[in-house]
Amino acid sequence: MDLVEYLKAALYILQGTGYTAALILGAMSLGFAIGLPIASLEIYGPRWIARILSLYVWFFRGIPILVLLFLVYFGIYSAIERIAMAHFGLRLELSPFSASLVALGLASGAYQSQIFRGAILSLPRGQFLAATALGFTARQAVFRVVIPQALRISIPAWSNEYSILLKDSAVAYMLGTLEIMARTKFMAAYTYKHIPFYVFAGLLYFTLTWLGVKGLKALERRTRIPGLGHEF
Amino acid sequence: MGTLEFYRTVLFPALNKGLWVSIQIIVPSAVLGVAIGILAGVGRSLGTSRLSRALDAYVAVFRGTPLVVQLMMWYYGLPTVGVFLESQFGPGVSPLSSLFRLSPYASSVTAFALCSGAYQSEYIRGALLSIKKGQYMAALSLGFTRAQAFWRITAPAAARRALPGCGNEIIYLIKYSSLAMIVTMSELTGQAKGIATMYFRYLECYLATAGYYLALVTLATWLLSWMERRLAIPGDPGLS
Amino acid sequence: MTAQLQKATAPPAGRPGDPERPGATCTPYAPGAPPVTAAASPAPPHLLEACGITKTMGDKILLHEVSLTLDRGDLKVLIGPSGGGKSTLLQCIHFLNPPDGGDVFLDGESARDMSRMNICLFRREIGMIFQDFNLFDHLTARDNVAVALRRVKGWAKREAYDRAMAELDRVGLASRADLYPAQLSGGQKQRVSIARALAMDPKVMLLDEPTSALDPELIGEVLKVIQDLHEGGMTMLMVTHQVGFARHMTKEFLFMESGRITESGSPEELLRDGSGSRTSDFCSKLSEIQGG
Repeated sequence: MDLVEYLKAALYILQGTGYTAALILGAMSLGFAIGLPIASLEIYGPRWIARILSLYVWFFRGIPILVLLFLVYFGIYSAIERIAMAHFGLRLELSPFSASLVALGLASGAYQSQIFRGAILSLPRGQFLAATALGFTARQAVFRVVIPQALRISIPAWSNEYSILLKDSAVAYMLGTLEIMARTKFMAAYTYKHIPFYVFAGLLYFTLTWLGVKGLKALERRTRIPGLGHEF
Repeated sequence: MGTLEFYRTVLFPALNKGLWVSIQIIVPSAVLGVAIGILAGVGRSLGTSRLSRALDAYVAVFRGTPLVVQLMMWYYGLPTVGVFLESQFGPGVSPLSSLFRLSPYASSVTAFALCSGAYQSEYIRGALLSIKKGQYMAALSLGFTRAQAFWRITAPAAARRALPGCGNEIIYLIKYSSLAMIVTMSELTGQAKGIATMYFRYLECYLATAGYYLALVTLATWLLSWMERRLAIPGDPGLS
Repeated sequence: MTAQLQKATAPPAGRPGDPERPGATCTPYAPGAPPVTAAASPAPPHLLEACGITKTMGDKILLHEVSLTLDRGDLKVLIGPSGGGKSTLLQCIHFLNPPDGGDVFLDGESARDMSRMNICLFRREIGMIFQDFNLFDHLTARDNVAVALRRVKGWAKREAYDRAMAELDRVGLASRADLYPAQLSGGQKQRVSIARALAMDPKVMLLDEPTSALDPELIGEVLKVIQDLHEGGMTMLMVTHQVGFARHMTKEFLFMESGRITESGSPEELLRDGSGSRTSDFCSKLSEIQGG
């Protein structure tokens, strides 16, 4: 293999970064949309709802991401496609990318709910009491006072969740999502040059982790409340 | 074949076989991972600055890259080193290439143990640093040697602090052991995939597999919290 | 005593690793140089003698040729503003934090010349009480006291426990023997830590602000234990801000500031009205804060 071929291959792998980034951003947003309501309801909601939600968390935290990917794509997606075909005559073709996104998002939702739950519980109860004493309704107190503070506290844990998601997203290649790992594996197997390509992929993931963590650190700094928490 | 018949004669026997393989992967990986984590964690917090920098680099690499990539390196990448060496030193040195060819099992355990060890070392290090230096000083002041002060005072206190993190890491390991199927191991997930593809029963197969993992993880979680309770120091808020 | 020691002329600020780092007064630490031991003087050795203790951190001098002596049964009190080097001095005397210059003699034996193993023996002879107790959090009160007896002195478990109970009884905590540090009050923790040190049969006790981390109502119980010890003949060097307590107990105050002992003498001398000493100035400020 000459240099030009290596460069072409590297470029091909680099194009996977878009997929990987989209996958992570999508999964993190989905996880946020799932995790925040779960955390709030677990703490403030009626007991039976909290029970059911903790079952969700238990399930998605307890199974491997690989099994979850298979379950969503081969299990649920193909079932949906079959039903759409049989009952509505629709020919659905759900993409492996969206399956990966849903699987990662569902799992991330379970993890993020734990992050937010910890953050909300770590706030002094006085904050909620003070808000209700001022005449806020309970709902207002939660949304205006408790959650904004909890989100700020959650940023460090979020950056941890980001790097876990990034690494988990590599497993999505098993479904054929054309992200970094899939392209790397293809190139490595095609050229039988495993080490250079996997090292390249490793570096790429390393850089993405670093960038994300840096970005969240900047976010943490920007949203810092003067006098609260540690200095940077 | 009826559904129940399928479960009884095909799915569960296969998954049970896979479970046994999974356990054979998980247990050695966990033990090695903890051992590596202890060595690296102690080295990072107490070693010379050169040693701790080298170990920091190890941890950064193995925590910063996906486990799949590491697994691929051990399984596909390492043999190419042997092939390369052979091409350099002639084909006469045949043990070289076989030396670098890890079996699927060996590469799985290597990958899991090294990756897990990197994470474990973080907890060990954090725990060691969280034990106040004063207790070590007090031990010295009573005439303990430095080694005694470390092993008798700092280490037991740190072990309790590290337990929740290290236990969680083992729970992660249980789940990530599913990646061994990528290097052709017929463990739980591998068996499930085989059966699912053969019988076109994806949903049931993967749900059943999920159940197996849930059982393993839940069991491990119970065990961990039981140990935490048993080792908890009355009145100490540090462990809750 | 200190007067007969030769003074080093150069300032103690050598580069780290400088072989000719100055700072030691009585025994410049140089391999091969004949150590001038305190035992060489005709008078019987002091129980504990620290001479020319110098300690630097970076280019900051924490201790500047500090010397002091303790004889059997002495209780000397170190006072002075915080940051003056009092705690550092105690740690240097104990070789927990070995001094950069100077030496410590226990019964005339130089700590400087000791091997690493013998330093452990040396430390065992000197008890240390820390401001924040430093109890072993994972051990019960009884085990806190017994652990060093078993691991350092090699006693059997039963013997060590018997002794531990005796010491806990002496500080009035026999009934708390099975509790963990986190279950004890501050005053109780400090008493356990005193029992822990006493169990090793130390010749000298160094007390580093033993009551500073305590709530006011708990100070009394600890001071009572210290008073009993003193009356029992224990040799002690104590850093404290409890001037009222100290002036009744001690015959000698040592006032420490910026790494030196600047004044020393009996409380009557130093605290006499109009003595104009730094000590009396400092003590009157302290008592204003402490409300008399």
